[in-house]
Amino acid sequence: MRDGEARENRRPSDDPMRRPRAIHGRAPDVFRLGAWVPMRQFGEDEEVDFAIVGTGAGGGTLACKLAEAGFSVVAFDAGPYWRPLEDFASDETAQSKLYWTDERIVDGENPLQLGSNNSGKSVGGSTVHFAMVSLRFRPEWFKSRTLLGYGADWPLDWREMWTYYEEVEQALKIAGPITYPWGPKRPRYPYRAHELNAAAKVLARGAEALGISWTETPLATISAPRGASPPCVYRGFCTLGCSTNAKQSVLITWLPRALHAGAEIRDLAMVGQIETNGADRVTGVHYHRDCEWHFQRAKNVVVAGYAIETPRLLLMSATSRFPDGLANSSGLVGKNLMVQGNQAVWGIMDDEIRSYKGPPSLAITEHWNYEDKGKDFHGGYAYMSQGPLPVLWARTLAGSRGLWGEALLNEMQRYNHSVGLKVVSEYMPQERNRVTLTDEKDQYGLPIPRVTYSWCDNDKRMNRHALAFMRRALEAAGAREIWDQEDDTCHLNGTARMGFDPRTSVVDGDCRSWDIPNLWICDGSVFPTVGGVNPSLTIQAIACRTADRIKALAARGDLEVRSKDRQLV
Amino acid sequence: MRDLYPGYDVLAKRHTPSWNEQTREVIDRRLTIARSDHRFFTEEEWATLCAICERIVPQRAEKQGFVPVAALVDNKLHTDDREGYRDAHLPKMQEAWRRGIAALNDEAQARCGAPFHELAGAEQDELLSAAACGELKCAGWKGMPSDAFFHRRVLSDVVSAYYSHPTAWNEIGWGGPASPRGYVRMDFNRRDAWEAAEAYPGHEEQARQENLRAGR
Ligand SMILES: Cc1cc2nc3c(=O)[nH]c(=O)nc-3n(C[C@H](O)[C@H](O)[C@H](O)COP(=O)(O)OP(=O)(O)OC[C@H]3O[C@@H](n4cnc5c(N)ncnc54)[C@H](O)[C@@H]3O)c2cc1C
Ligand code: SF4
Repeated sequence: MRDGEARENRRPSDDPMRRPRAIHGRAPDVFRLGAWVPMRQFGEDEEVDFAIVGTGAGGGTLACKLAEAGFSVVAFDAGPYWRPLEDFASDETAQSKLYWTDERIVDGENPLQLGSNNSGKSVGGSTVHFAMVSLRFRPEWFKSRTLLGYGADWPLDWREMWTYYEEVEQALKIAGPITYPWGPKRPRYPYRAHELNAAAKVLARGAEALGISWTETPLATISAPRGASPPCVYRGFCTLGCSTNAKQSVLITWLPRALHAGAEIRDLAMVGQIETNGADRVTGVHYHRDCEWHFQRAKNVVVAGYAIETPRLLLMSATSRFPDGLANSSGLVGKNLMVQGNQAVWGIMDDEIRSYKGPPSLAITEHWNYEDKGKDFHGGYAYMSQGPLPVLWARTLAGSRGLWGEALLNEMQRYNHSVGLKVVSEYMPQERNRVTLTDEKDQYGLPIPRVTYSWCDNDKRMNRHALAFMRRALEAAGAREIWDQEDDTCHLNGTARMGFDPRTSVVDGDCRSWDIPNLWICDGSVFPTVGGVNPSLTIQAIACRTADRIKALAARGDLEVRSKDRQLV
Repeated sequence: MRDLYPGYDVLAKRHTPSWNEQTREVIDRRLTIARSDHRFFTEEEWATLCAICERIVPQRAEKQGFVPVAALVDNKLHTDDREGYRDAHLPKMQEAWRRGIAALNDEAQARCGAPFHELAGAEQDELLSAAACGELKCAGWKGMPSDAFFHRRVLSDVVSAYYSHPTAWNEIGWGGPASPRGYVRMDFNRRDAWEAAEAYPGHEEQARQENLRAGR
């Protein structure tokens, strides 16, 4: 690491939240202070092969892969182009600048808590502040309807996905265990697993006491040097942005590659509408940048804004020919929104834990993802060790446990002895959980979304199972005064599901919309089910596969029109 | 609350490798906010807010340092720094606070014949607890549920403000900012020299000595 340099107190003079950085034929060099890398730029009248909306796990990965395949690509992001080494402070409050904080209305029986824990507004998307947990799906989940009796089947084959998972794990140099305890054989992880902190060892103890397997969590932060990235220094601010570049986010992995391959990235560029013509093809995107609306022509448009902004943009782009929004002949755009359960159990140890050190989730068990016996619900869950920083921890104690006054201050003083286990669980797709538009307008003059969420009985049964099991594990590990945090959820998926049939899905297995052949959706929105693991590795694997499919379709002349036989796939 | 980490001061690490320039900048800015600063709330609202904050995160006179928590909340409202989602039952953040404070005062007048900030602590707690349960329903709420206001606005905003301050970090023995230097010792009961030492009974002085070294 350029330590001396980093301590030279250089601060950028520009404000990336106000003025775009990727202009004048160059983009920020995320690895070097104040430096730039060359960037190809396209004219707005130039009809580029692909206009991609969003540069996160889906859009950023796809931009890289398409540019490397020789397509002309412009990728738009509403968020700023950060220089992590210079722009990221070690501070929970200041770093909320990474979150998507444009207004959203939440309702339903279990209104979601969005903001920090759900989505980012940055070049690189939510991966700039994600927790780096990088897991593969259980193979059966791709056919959960047929094999497990719930949800919907994916039009993807797990064996094919297994090769794309490997590609992503290599691209991000995932640090993980030598052998993974669950599922079919997978190659050893590219980088060695990270050392465990005390919170992770509590998970391990509990699992061993209950006789189930656990392992070091595969993480997208490196355990040894890699190019310009130094190894993780265990500072524990991962969900507030990594200021050292150890974290292998989209911002510092796929996007530098994309730029190198000739893609253009437009930061602070909010796409407000996708244009369609009389022939029912998309022709480009209207976007807001530098206080003005612009139009970029494109042969294809890919929407990759994550599971709230993607359906929002499709709905906002309604025309007289598509009165219910684009790609919505099935009526499913915005429906089947799936978050994941994020309940936790917390307790106190006599030992000092100090879980603020290191990435928050260093140990994991996927036992209940792979074991179906003894469940009174469909689906599965993983649980991980945790490392909340003070503001988040205080909000948890106040919000979920109702503490305030002296009771809160006293409990906060046990911060260094607190320890917890937190679940990522598989909620069911339900059409009533959805994203719609309201009449209220945001700062761009666009209708703000309403996000409606309610648990079904299966979700509630799973919550209960997970809380009860984790409580036993935490107890077995020696914690006392255990309490349940019942209300938290994380991640966003669904709302533009992929499938086999235009009547029951929005896109096909290639992420291509059934209704408009040159409109694609490539992000967390396309999941028909969520599984019991964090989604980003799967989103990136799908993006890699989509790029390969686009190459294949282009090679046989099928990009412009959807050939008849493809509908029968 | 106890003096659990005697002598520990996160700010003593300001010039160590645990802090970088961008962190110094944002914390310095926060520290310039003084106890009486307010730009969003009117004088009357301000008195109510200060009283609410004192109940949610009480600060005893004898404790070391003071967190200007009401001023931090005011600053958040003045800059309209929102968190990106809003319970469908609540108006926008600024409007929710103005309405909620006015309604709490109406309730205080109706129940005790005085504005909220003039009530005794126990009476204030009673009102806040009633708000937390959604029991307050006077006309001043204009349909806003008092429980949503209490949980989503009062608790969330006040508690976040308090624990964004270095004085609060000292109280709980958190390591604080950590970049470029992170941590090395991660096991049970292990502590880097730049982390806070807890005062176990009978070992307070030892903890104090170690804490004075955290910033070296
Ligand atoms: C705190 C946190 C922790 C997480 N931890 C993990 C984890 O450990 N492991 C894991 O696998 N996943 C994790 N996730 C989830 C993961 O980050 C997301 O699932 C993933 O990034 C989603 O990818 P995406 O491409 O769908 O969307 P994103 O990565 O969110 O990218 C969408 C991008 O599109 C932009 N955008 C949206 N609409 C528009 C528009 N109209 N015009 C222009 N730009 C637009 C946004 O600004 C954003 O940058 C975490 C998420 C959060 C918030
Ligand atoms: S713990 Fe590692 S990955 Fe997380 S922010 Fe620190 S250096 Fe980055």
